[in-house]
Amino acid sequence: MSFDNVYEAITEENDARWAFGTGFEDPLSGMDTSVPSGVDGARLAAYCLMLGDDALIFSHRLQEWCTNAPELEDEVAIANIALDLLGQARLLLARAGKADGSSRTEDSFAFLRAENEFRNVRLAELGGGHFGHLIARLFVFSTWRLALFQQLESSVDPVLAAIADKGVKELTYHRDYAAQWLVRLGDGTPLSHSRMQEGLDELWPYVGELFRTHPTEFVDAALPRPEFDAVLDQALAAATLVRPSSGELAGVSGRTGRDGVHTESFGYLLAELQSVARAMPDAKW
Amino acid sequence: MTAAAVAATVTDPELPMLTLADLGVLRSVSESGGRVVVAITPTYTGCPAMDTMRDDLEHALVSAGYPDVEIRTQLSPAWTSDWISASGRRKLAAAGIAPPGAAPRRSGPIPLTLSAPVSRVLCPHCGSADTEEQSRFGATACKALRRCRACLEPFEHVKEI
Repeated sequence: MSFDNVYEAITEENDARWAFGTGFEDPLSGMDTSVPSGVDGARLAAYCLMLGDDALIFSHRLQEWCTNAPELEDEVAIANIALDLLGQARLLLARAGKADGSSRTEDSFAFLRAENEFRNVRLAELGGGHFGHLIARLFVFSTWRLALFQQLESSVDPVLAAIADKGVKELTYHRDYAAQWLVRLGDGTPLSHSRMQEGLDELWPYVGELFRTHPTEFVDAALPRPEFDAVLDQALAAATLVRPSSGELAGVSGRTGRDGVHTESFGYLLAELQSVARAMPDAKW
Repeated sequence: MTAAAVAATVTDPELPMLTLADLGVLRSVSESGGRVVVAITPTYTGCPAMDTMRDDLEHALVSAGYPDVEIRTQLSPAWTSDWISASGRRKLAAAGIAPPGAAPRRSGPIPLTLSAPVSRVLCPHCGSADTEEQSRFGATACKALRRCRACLEPFEHVKEI
């Protein structure tokens, strides 16, 4: 369908074409979403929720950089990365709703769960700080996720494998973008070097959690570690930065992000993410 | 017109000079017993144009006399810029957008790229090979921003994935 001018396009009635708000079509529409035999649907759903929440929450933190990045090109880059991750989140949350048989939609997962029902790692929810903090988070997150998704390309669940296969291409760009900034800042001026090291140091206590397998997890969380370490060492050497040596941040009685135990700032993030949907739960716009 | 021919006329919402078939987004069209099933694949998972593509395909087919239409999402195999057709590449270049080169082939762990790769991208305005990448991320997920050092014009480049 085409229009003679843009005004004609936006005045069309009952138009589902706008890429915001509720009322999206199912991103898995028309795909075979049956759970493969021998696979526990509830467990698969729980795992997709973990990966989907990582992407959704980290995407939200990246979106906060819109109008705050140092240059226009970086605004665009960070927004694009956030959009890719939001796309991954949509597919994974939709997969979770199909796999557990609840038929919950991506919107109900994103907008109508409480803080302790989110299963993202705590690293994904860290906000604030300067550009060095952002680059440290983005580099660690995308290096980890890219290594993990390469493992998932051979998942027993064909839907999860297909999502991973697509995600790998996107995450390669994300990791390269972050790594190039890591090197530019680390191997830059004394000030940029110290800011970059500071970003890494403050994030480091949250890294151990990425590789500890939760009981409901679908694959061994430690599998991506060798690739993660190799890529990290390569980038740190080029950036003249050092790998932080601080220990891992403890959970609450051993419970961390994957168990629904989050950092203090997470409640504020969710309040912003969910406020409109909760105020008008049936709205379509 | 056959259903496949109708679907092949639908254009991309972001790159209206290209059809979805040119882009390789339109994967298959099958017709049996009056029912048309169309499979499309997203270029990038977050592509906000997917819903519009679905709507546009459905409208085109319904108005061409195929009332029973189902649009399916197909994620695997993942879209690659290699699927952009030869005519799609010509149309991109004519619109001032540099078409992609060959997508990287992958085996084993993906290497980290710490410096911008050597340019092989020709300026769509003057044809010079002396171009540089300004940003890997552009106005849409599938495009990077470049600049020509010869004619100094900025231009977009469809990324190789």
